Order: sequence, then C-alpha cells, then structure tokens
Amino acid sequence: MEVIKVGMADLKLVKAPGILTTLGLGSCVGIALYDKYNKIAGLAHIMLPSSKEIKNNDNKAKFADTGIELLIEKMVKEGALKKNLSAKIAGGSQMFSFNNTNNILKIGERNVLATKEKLKELNIKIISEDTGGNYGRTIELNSDDGSLLVKTIGHGIKVI
Amino acid sequence: MDVENLNSMMLDILGEIGNIGSGNAATALASMLSKRVDMNVPQVRILEFKDVAEVLGGEEKLVVGIYLDLNGEIKGNMMFILDLESAINLTNMLLNREDGGDELDDMAVSALSEVGNILASSYVNSLSALTGLKIAVSVPSLAIDMAGAILSVPAIQFGYVADQVLFIETIFEEGNRSVKGNLFLLPDMNSFGKILSSLGVL
Repeated sequence: MEVIKVGMADLKLVKAPGILTTLGLGSCVGIALYDKYNKIAGLAHIMLPSSKEIKNNDNKAKFADTGIELLIEKMVKEGALKKNLSAKIAGGSQMFSFNNTNNILKIGERNVLATKEKLKELNIKIISEDTGGNYGRTIELNSDDGSLLVKTIGHGIKVI
Repeated sequence: MDVENLNSMMLDILGEIGNIGSGNAATALASMLSKRVDMNVPQVRILEFKDVAEVLGGEEKLVVGIYLDLNGEIKGNMMFILDLESAINLTNMLLNREDGGDELDDMAVSALSEVGNILASSYVNSLSALTGLKIAVSVPSLAIDMAGAILSVPAIQFGYVADQVLFIETIFEEGNRSVKGNLFLLPDMNSFGKILSSLGVL
C-alpha cells in the first residue's frame, strides 16, 4: 500500500487505499481527519496553536487553526463531505521538563487545546486521542478504515 | 532580522563563533574524560522544518537529547544530542564502569546532564566574552526518545518567527570514536542581530 509521509508543518490527503504517516511527533500535534463514506483521509502535522499570534503565518499548515481549515478545504475538493468528517488526534507531549513555567515548553498542551477548540468550532467530532505525556509518537492513518496507529519508544503501540 | 537576509559573511561569522565556543566545549569535555576529543569545523545550517531530523539520521532514530535554555541578552537554546550507544559509552567513561549494560540508569542520566551543562557553559562563556553580552544558562533537562520528537522543541521556537531553522552544529568525537555527539546552538532570531552588532558587523 502507498505510504505518504507528512513532514513538520505540512499536510497531505489520500483516497483509499493508502496510508498517511508522520514520524516522531513531539510537541507538535497530528490531526487525522476521515470521511468514512467516501474513504478520504487527511493528516496535518501542526507546530503552533494559532496563526493569529504571529506575523509570519504564510505557511497555513504550521498552525492548528489554519491547518485544519486548509485540510478540510482540500479534502472537500477531493470529494469528501464536511458533515462526514471525524477526527483523531495525537502528539502534544512535553519532551523536556523544567521547574519554571516557560510558555514555549508548554507548547504541546497549548497545541492540543487549540486543535480541540478549532474542531469544536467546526463541529467535527473527536473520536479518540492520544495526547500529552513526555514521549514522541509516530502515527499512521489508514484510509481504508480511518484507524490511527500510534507507535512509541518504550510506551507501547496502539490503534486508536 | 530574517533567516533569508543573512549574507555569507554573517554566516561565516556565526560559524566562527561556533568554532570558538565549541573549541572551549571540546577542551572541557577532554579534561573531564582525560581523553582526546576531536571536533569538526562547526557548520551553520539553515533547514526547512521537515528536514531537521535528517541531520540526526531520521525522525525515528533513538537519541539522547540534553536541552538547555539560554537567557539574558542572548536568548535561545542549546542541545547536545548523542545516539544511545555513544551516551552509554560516555557514561561508562565518566563513571569508570566496565560495562553499564544497554540502558541508562539514574546515575548515567545525571552524569550526562552534567556533561551537557559543562559543554553549554563553556561554549556560552566564550560567546559571552567575545561579544560582551550577558548570557545565563538554565539547568539541563534530558530526554531519551525519537530524534524528530526531541528536535520539535527547538523547531517550534523557530516556528514563531520563521519557516526555517538556523543552527550552528559541531560534531564531537572522543579519540577512539566510541562517543560521537552533536552540539547545537540555536539562538533566537533577535539574538543574531545582537551578536552581529556586538561584533561591529551590523
């Protein structure tokens, strides 16, 4: 089966059959959207919560808010229906721990919150998630059934 | 200051800063180990986010990352990254162990954090002496995980201002090559201007 890699600050989609993968998610969040009737899957790898906080926001795939919008737009163009879409999310960990409350180091948590907020605003249901913690994740979204495989080093493998 | 606006002279100067800083760091590491430590000529690299983990051999490669925050007149961070085997060999040398097994215990993690601390401090001290800028280094924090996940931390910090990451990379090797590590200096974009103007370039 075709495996398409999604890099950091990037997004891709595929019609079944095919797998979308993103490797080594840390504080970034992987957002997997799926239209189960048309079997169209989309995956975004966002780095930051909001395009509105930042001047340099040309790359829409970098942010949770604009990344989700752009992914939906592209999926609809390929024949997906917005009302069919459901979401699964993974990532948003805190790789390094410090005593002080540095905003940058809490970025994983903020990415997850912003992602949930945007999906709620767009009425897209989050079916499952594997977020937080202090470890990296590799994820694989299967466009046949919308299953999301989450692999880690030392924290197990699961399908959500 | 944007990554795109840096000319080749500025990049050369950043490389030279890396050279001086890394030289001091290598000396500190050598005296800690009582062994010869080699280093390459530091590289100033500008990479797209998606290519960052390739530097270390792919997103899923298991590495040990030691992260330190820089604060004061220059802001940013430093990271010392080793593959697991190098990390184990290094701690065996530091702790005078024959064979530490194939995992890092608490003692090893603590020793590695201290190595990161000493490398970063000696690097930053020379940078500070050279530029006259005050720089404070945080306590080190260590993670053992996928390279992509570890590098997402500095990449995100650059993500606020740029679509690329700029870092100064030095590769250290212990004399008989059983330890190889990459030391990265990642100053934030505003700090580049400060470094360059303190040296009379801007």
